[in-house]
Amino acid sequence: MSIKIIEMPHLGESVTEASIAVWLVSEGDRIEKYDPIAEAVSDKVTTEIPSNYSGIVKEFLIDVDTDVEIGTAIVKIQTDEDGENDDTAASADSGDTQDEKSEEFTDHINEEIDKEAEKRPMERQTTSDARQSSSKASSDQGEPNGARYSPAVMRISQERGIDLSQVEGSGKHGRITRKDVLNFDLETQTAPTEKTQQSDGADAKQEDRQTPETSRTADVTRTSNGDEIVPADGIRKAIAKKMVQSTTEIPHAWLMVEADVSNIVKLRERTKAQFKQQEGVSLSFFPFFVKAVVQALKKHPIINTSWDNNSIIYHKDINISVAVATDEHLFVPVIHNADHYSLSGLSKEVNRLASLARDGKLSSGDIQGGTMTVNNTGSFGSIQSMGIINYPQAAILQVESITKRFVPTEDGGFKASDMVNLCLSIDHRIIDGLQAGRFLQDVKDNLSRFSDESDLY
Amino acid sequence: MAMMTYLEAIRKGIEEEMARDEKVVIFGEDVGGVKGGVFGVTKGLAEQFGDDRCFNTPLTEGQIGGLAVGLGLVGFRAIGEFQFADYILPAVNQLISEASRMRYRTKGDWIAPIVYRAPYGGGVRGGLYHSQTTDKVLFGQPGLRIVTPSSPHDAKGLIKAAIRSDDPVLFYEHKRLYRLLKEDVSDEDYVVPLDKANVVREGDDITVIGYGMVLNHALKAAETLSKEGFEAEVVDVRSLYPLDKETLVKAAKKTGKVLLVTEDNLEGSIMSEISAIIAEEALFDLDAPIKRLAGPDSPSMPYSIALEREFLVDEEKVTNAMRELAEF
Repeated sequence: MSIKIIEMPHLGESVTEASIAVWLVSEGDRIEKYDPIAEAVSDKVTTEIPSNYSGIVKEFLIDVDTDVEIGTAIVKIQTDEDGENDDTAASADSGDTQDEKSEEFTDHINEEIDKEAEKRPMERQTTSDARQSSSKASSDQGEPNGARYSPAVMRISQERGIDLSQVEGSGKHGRITRKDVLNFDLETQTAPTEKTQQSDGADAKQEDRQTPETSRTADVTRTSNGDEIVPADGIRKAIAKKMVQSTTEIPHAWLMVEADVSNIVKLRERTKAQFKQQEGVSLSFFPFFVKAVVQALKKHPIINTSWDNNSIIYHKDINISVAVATDEHLFVPVIHNADHYSLSGLSKEVNRLASLARDGKLSSGDIQGGTMTVNNTGSFGSIQSMGIINYPQAAILQVESITKRFVPTEDGGFKASDMVNLCLSIDHRIIDGLQAGRFLQDVKDNLSRFSDESDLY
Repeated sequence: MAMMTYLEAIRKGIEEEMARDEKVVIFGEDVGGVKGGVFGVTKGLAEQFGDDRCFNTPLTEGQIGGLAVGLGLVGFRAIGEFQFADYILPAVNQLISEASRMRYRTKGDWIAPIVYRAPYGGGVRGGLYHSQTTDKVLFGQPGLRIVTPSSPHDAKGLIKAAIRSDDPVLFYEHKRLYRLLKEDVSDEDYVVPLDKANVVREGDDITVIGYGMVLNHALKAAETLSKEGFEAEVVDVRSLYPLDKETLVKAAKKTGKVLLVTEDNLEGSIMSEISAIIAEEALFDLDAPIKRLAGPDSPSMPYSIALEREFLVDEEKVTNAMRELAEF
């Protein structure tokens, strides 16, 4: 024997409530399956409710003339058959019972719709089981994935100059998410730990193109004592990144020699007017130094190198990076195959790159592939400086101001000479002091070999 | 404002349009008379507007499709009801080759201003013939708009816009939402655009795109995830064809993590097309593979209640998929 429940049946498609008008049986009566037990009334119809079971009417669960929701238990029946008790187990699915004679074959669909509607809010089961049931295939996809970044992460990090090795991933298995990059504070970015490919000033220029310079005044904040805090623009950030990378990765060493360039001064004095007239560009001192450096590099290939993961790359081409300062920024375009040029050719090439830089028209080809840098620090009056190597090159030569000085002569007297200091910074992993010294000596010799009769072409 | 179910909102919209424009007529199997349709959507319309404007048809869907085309040609605005979306199939020729092509074929001289209404979707123990999502059968037919509301508010505004449109509009109604959803619906004479998706919830962790029953699952799941610290952007596709690419792509780009949910089969659904659009338009904003959550690639829908539940995308499945994507 078991106790069964009869519920208020579905009486029509939009009927949600009904009441019992009259009980057709009494508690304690014996009834057979399909016997009518009550008349139910909704706003639409009066319907006899048949019993789903044979047995004894145990208890009426609702009062007459009281509206109840469809599906509400209305009566308990003690059945003859063994089985689970309805009042202990969940109530029976009334839609599955044969308590109604379907008028139409689609009626049960309407009942299902109503049943769902009554059950609001929708059932939900979000427990630890639910988590476990998540698809296996897709969780496998998130296995430790090393440095694989989503397109969004790549794009944002490039735009903002973010070193992804410094971003902490909050995604599955430590994956760096788009939000991690968006929320990354560039201020906290320190020296990069990852090597970048040889790119010279390229980074700076490219990032400048991708990040339109934001209006500076708009971003200025002021501290309480009036200091202005101005966020660096993209190109400044790129310069900063390169500088930090160079000084943290490359152990710098410095040497300085002085060279007598009196002959070059005389040569230039003699030819500059004519040169300007013939070639249309001014003849500066700088090409003479580039020429002398190129000649020396031919004899000292160890200077024209790069350090790469415990190897030394000897560059076949001699590509000289030259610094060009504009009011805002410093650009470092490259004279490719500088050994192919005469003095005149170097003059023109330096001139061409400088005007492109000032017009902001340098192409990526113009700024890539440098193998050593010659920096004209003398142009702003410096007489001595310690250059930071243009990563990943191995050396940078600072050409300082040419100044008149008295120098002793062989015969015990002295003379006024045009002297210049040449300051060399070297990557001390690759280049020893001796090699650097010999290189500088050759540069000096090359400079002294110019005479006021030398040919510019 | 009045509390209305999804079904009542559709009826209200039709009623308002029939009162506004005497050229609007509605017909279908059991649509007229006192029955008012198998779900009661048209209940009372025959009484209110007469048997000439709300009437029954034979059980011949090809005729319902064709009658609507003919009425359109002579100046009526026909609403043809297919009793179940599954029953559209005999009328496909009328829908695609006639109604959808009318304007194009006549250089715009003739129009077929039709609304084909069709209750769709499973979860009602309707078995194979009463549960299908047939939108993909008619999707991608230039000239035939497909829309579906996912809320009572949209149901009224969208059916009104569909009736006023000079294009044939296939109007899907999720039958499980008929009396499940209730909300305050404005008494005003408003329309909802036929070609716009709708951002129904804002969030910046993941984007969930869906329509119909599963959209409502997603909204509930979004509240669950919100308590776990993830905010979901939820988008109602609403305009199934043509798709509102702009809104969909923008929402996808916003979070970079996209979950597409449909109760249709996984492969070859409308979500497959949305996935392709996002892949084309938003690659560099994607932070995770585009994910689809759908029914299995088996016929929809099993009659057995256990198998039907297994087939259906429910709130738990949506919650799990959303959580997984949020944590990716």
